[in-house]
Amino acid sequence: MTQQTTRPTPAQRTEALEQLLTERELVDPKVVDGFVARYETEVGPLNGAKVVARAWTDPAYRERLLADGTAAIAELGFSGPQGEHIVVVENTPAVHNVVVCTLCSCYPWPVLGLPPSWYKDPAYRARVVREPRTVLREMGLDLPESTDIVVHDSSSEVRWLVLPERPASTAGLSEAELVPLVTRDALVGVAKVAP
Amino acid sequence: MDGTVDLGGTAGWGPVPAPDPTEPAFGQPWEGRAFALTLLTIGRISGRNIDAFRHALARLDRAAYFDDGYYGRWLAAAELMLADSAILAPGAVDARARALAGEDALEPAVPEPCKPDYAATGPGSLRTVDQAPAFAPGDAVRAKDLDPPGHTRLPRYVRGHVGVVELVQPAQVLPDTNAHFQGENPEHVYSVRFTSQELWGADAEEFAVTIELYESYLEPA
Repeated sequence: MTQQTTRPTPAQRTEALEQLLTERELVDPKVVDGFVARYETEVGPLNGAKVVARAWTDPAYRERLLADGTAAIAELGFSGPQGEHIVVVENTPAVHNVVVCTLCSCYPWPVLGLPPSWYKDPAYRARVVREPRTVLREMGLDLPESTDIVVHDSSSEVRWLVLPERPASTAGLSEAELVPLVTRDALVGVAKVAP
Repeated sequence: MDGTVDLGGTAGWGPVPAPDPTEPAFGQPWEGRAFALTLLTIGRISGRNIDAFRHALARLDRAAYFDDGYYGRWLAAAELMLADSAILAPGAVDARARALAGEDALEPAVPEPCKPDYAATGPGSLRTVDQAPAFAPGDAVRAKDLDPPGHTRLPRYVRGHVGVVELVQPAQVLPDTNAHFQGENPEHVYSVRFTSQELWGADAEEFAVTIELYESYLEPA
């Protein structure tokens, strides 16, 4: 018999939970595989980047996106869990929008995938509604005092997506060339798209 | 219920971790498994809903909530929901994990499942409400200063403060009752804009916060 020394690791607890539910035929490990693969490969910030590149190159699409984000995003084939009602807000030199969920880590999965570590971190959740200018500066985004900051706390099933400013230096680029420039951090509002 | 989850405006967390643009969806394989098992638990196995899941997160102790990160807390909340529904006995996951690690752990008997008598009236959380919204964009509203004993999505940092309705959002299932299987009671939901000075005092940085508040959280100001 082994001496009980430490509590099981989360990896051990996860394996135990999967075993217990599989034995009872409540879970099929292949279904678990499918969920994991979907969020590793299909649902991620590339979707949001495609939405932004379309909005930057198609003024009518941009208008639809700002008027009804959910519908305009669905036009590109993106919908699903945590995307029931997506509101898109546009960053400009005058107004900078940034998104948080102080109560958990609500995030628009269909366009951004699963949230990154910093978004889920207690420091971000606690501080960005208290001192966003300081937090953004720490994260590398030093906004001029003339820019108003609006923080969106995702406390209901509404999800927020930021439409970043298009850098002037990208004026000649096509929609396809713009997509790889749009980062996850810019879509949440903690960074700008680099010129 | 004030709890560990209500972090907005709290101090003592240090700097935000630097973003890593190459960060994968799951840092370790167990995180992906825990993510999927939790989604399956909420959607198909425990008979519970997303609000019950968030309430399970809110009932975790600080160690269970923080020590193993985001998917660690998902895993702990899934275990709690499965115990609530008597799909698994309390301690069953711990005993099996110890057995997997080579300990001589005694596993509890499988209980008689007792899932909540609950069926959603529709997919997701958006609903329609017959009566007109009580508030309109531009209205001044006060977030009620209340701390209900059960689940809520009214964070401490806005309670008692006055803001302005910015948008009327789609009506939604009320988490406060739905989390406890006491009915969906859908309500109008408003994006309410607060100034930083209203929330944090005259010395605060200059900014605004918008937050979605359910109609019963608000009163005219």
